Amino acid sequence: MSEKKFMIQDFVAVEAEKISDTVKDLIADGYRVTQICATNKGEKGIELLYSFDKDHVLKNLRVMVPENGEISSISDVCWAAFIYENELHDLFGIDFRHLALDYGGHFFRISEKTPWNPQK
Amino acid sequence: MGKRTIIPFGPQHPVLPEPVHLDLVIEDEKVIEAIPSIGFIHRGLEKLVEKKEYTEMVYVIERICGICSFGHGWGYCSTVEGMMGIEVPERADYLRTVWNEMGRIHSHLLWLGLLADGFGFESLFMHCWRLRETVLDLFEETTGGRVIFSVCKVGGIRKDIDPATLKKIVEKLNGIKKELRDVLGVFIDDSSVKSRLCGLGVLTKTDAEGLCAVGPVARASGIVQDMRLAGQGKYLDLGFEPIVETDGDCYARCKVRVREVFQSIELIEKAVERMPEGGDIAVEVKGNVDGEFINRMEQPRGEAVYYAKGQGTKFLERMRVRTPTDANIPAMVKILQGCEIADVPMIVLTIDPCISCTER
Repeated sequence: MSEKKFMIQDFVAVEAEKISDTVKDLIADGYRVTQICATNKGEKGIELLYSFDKDHVLKNLRVMVPENGEISSISDVCWAAFIYENELHDLFGIDFRHLALDYGGHFFRISEKTPWNPQK
Repeated sequence: MGKRTIIPFGPQHPVLPEPVHLDLVIEDEKVIEAIPSIGFIHRGLEKLVEKKEYTEMVYVIERICGICSFGHGWGYCSTVEGMMGIEVPERADYLRTVWNEMGRIHSHLLWLGLLADGFGFESLFMHCWRLRETVLDLFEETTGGRVIFSVCKVGGIRKDIDPATLKKIVEKLNGIKKELRDVLGVFIDDSSVKSRLCGLGVLTKTDAEGLCAVGPVARASGIVQDMRLAGQGKYLDLGFEPIVETDGDCYARCKVRVREVFQSIELIEKAVERMPEGGDIAVEVKGNVDGEFINRMEQPRGEAVYYAKGQGTKFLERMRVRTPTDANIPAMVKILQGCEIADVPMIVLTIDPCISCTER
């Protein structure tokens, strides 16, 4: 019987101010960042989902972006995350503090500013 | 320290079929830093979940890429199936595995042709693409399409393949095996190819891990990472083991893909042999989507991530696709540092960039 690891769904809620430290621990434990996704929850704000892989199993951290729209970048701990953070900045208008490689809103050349978060 | 100059590479360049831009900071002929820039053709396909029902969204997701369109369709359907607790019939799982591996063969042959074209071996390029036509013909015969297939749906597949056609697929692929050995052998054995690829653009295992590389790029650096091991389709039942090389250079990345072409043929043979005869190819899907599910598929270029979130209606609240090229950009930037400017096209090609995927 084959093991269906992709069916393991591990979601953990993390406070925004603790995201850097949590990611640091995961990276030290041998995890790699696989993606960061944002979902606009309307009045509730923007929810981020950070996914990390180890041995073909994902661990997902759910974080609500604070009202001021700013959150710490994890690119100082995991440089590869700059791709996802620049994308989320351009599409959702989230500001990542201390982004390792900041494109200043020019990562995507799109006609509409922050299309997933027009209120921004 | 010599004078530093910034040379723009792309978005239009002979080795780039799609637009990506690099600012190359060079000192004499050496690249000191490469700053990537994408987003020239961002399509915003993910946002269409607001207008397309979850059963229709598969047609949009398939159009993320014209090369791994089947894999994207499967990735999406499997994600929604996971969220809704749907188990697809065994025959559908086998047929999905067969089509996905056919997609890998045609993608790798396309890339090998582009690589040959990149280092100026035109006849090799043509032979790779000629052999790829066999796979595209089989796609056309079994799905009706050569680029977009639309055979995957939430709950299973739309079309069955009859036993005679399955036998024909195996015969055709076995029929081109000798030619593939001859043509692809040139990438492995030819001294001019080796002199162009060996020792070039080395990505160490430590760097590949740190930069979160995926797919053949990671496997060529000695990382045993392949999402087919995560239990999708019938891969584990077929005894799948990922192909891994350790040198981490352009040659190793090429070698992984060459070996994967033959591995995919073997997987198809095994799948056809073990596939249950007859039976359902899909289950009925009713109701709305609620909850969330995150899923991964091994596309020809590496791990693709699919995240779907429902809100109890026929429309998903969010559909996210992270494509393999996206994940390999940091690794590409790293291996470009310190290379000669003349080697940039080869190095960029060996991550097999698919900008269409990246600009979903």
